[in-house]
Amino acid sequence: MLRIEYPDYEALRAHGEETYPNECCGVLLGKSIAGEGNHVHQIVRAGNTRTDSAHNRYNIAPHELVKIQRQARGLGLDIVGFYHSHPDHPAQWSPTDFAEAHWLGCSYIITSVEHGKAVLTNSFLLSGTGEDNKKFEDEAIQIDIASAVSDTAAHTQKGPA
Amino acid sequence: MNIHIPTPLRSYTGGLETVSIGGATIHAVFQELTVTYPEVKQHLFTPEGKLRSFVNVYLNDDDIRYLESKEETTVKDSDELTIIPSIAGGTHL
Repeated sequence: MLRIEYPDYEALRAHGEETYPNECCGVLLGKSIAGEGNHVHQIVRAGNTRTDSAHNRYNIAPHELVKIQRQARGLGLDIVGFYHSHPDHPAQWSPTDFAEAHWLGCSYIITSVEHGKAVLTNSFLLSGTGEDNKKFEDEAIQIDIASAVSDTAAHTQKGPA
Repeated sequence: MNIHIPTPLRSYTGGLETVSIGGATIHAVFQELTVTYPEVKQHLFTPEGKLRSFVNVYLNDDDIRYLESKEETTVKDSDELTIIPSIAGGTHL
């Protein structure tokens, strides 16, 4: 199961609406918990380098990924997954998504964006031990609302009177 | 030198995010890495010994494919290698 806090979940869906009719993409930072799954602590927006075909392809520049991995290391987090949008296309992985997926054990979130509005968001876990036997498994998403609310309350309490 | 390991390969480096490996060139460091952590080899290299097309390796801030001497580039202990598989996809077939 993928766990993500509500503000992050909403932010990655909003990203897909902002870049519509092009695909958005980004990285999920967090921790992989044995027996539970990937927990997202932060999302990082990335640029889509496929400007030649941005409405139906995405690519994150490797040098940007290196920077994001450094950022994760600085935060004591790991790259636990990625997200992208499918403009006017179902929130299901495509043959291209599968062929280009190489981060085993990571979660791949896909949001369908129809006429500019985010509709469905699904997550797929890339399982297997290598390129020969990798596969996408449907992965439930647990959206943590309570902790987000409690974080908001904590921030509010820290504010000036 | 320190080598930063991407999440999927850490199960083959004892869970380590960073491993310290010695060597005079990138090639020598790769050799030592795959001797120390043999299971990493098949994920980084083809059976012919070439770096897999979807695996990017950065020496500090430079993609090693674009270095003049590529894998024969000499390295210092203070340098860092980052292994980063590619991220791409989309609805187009």
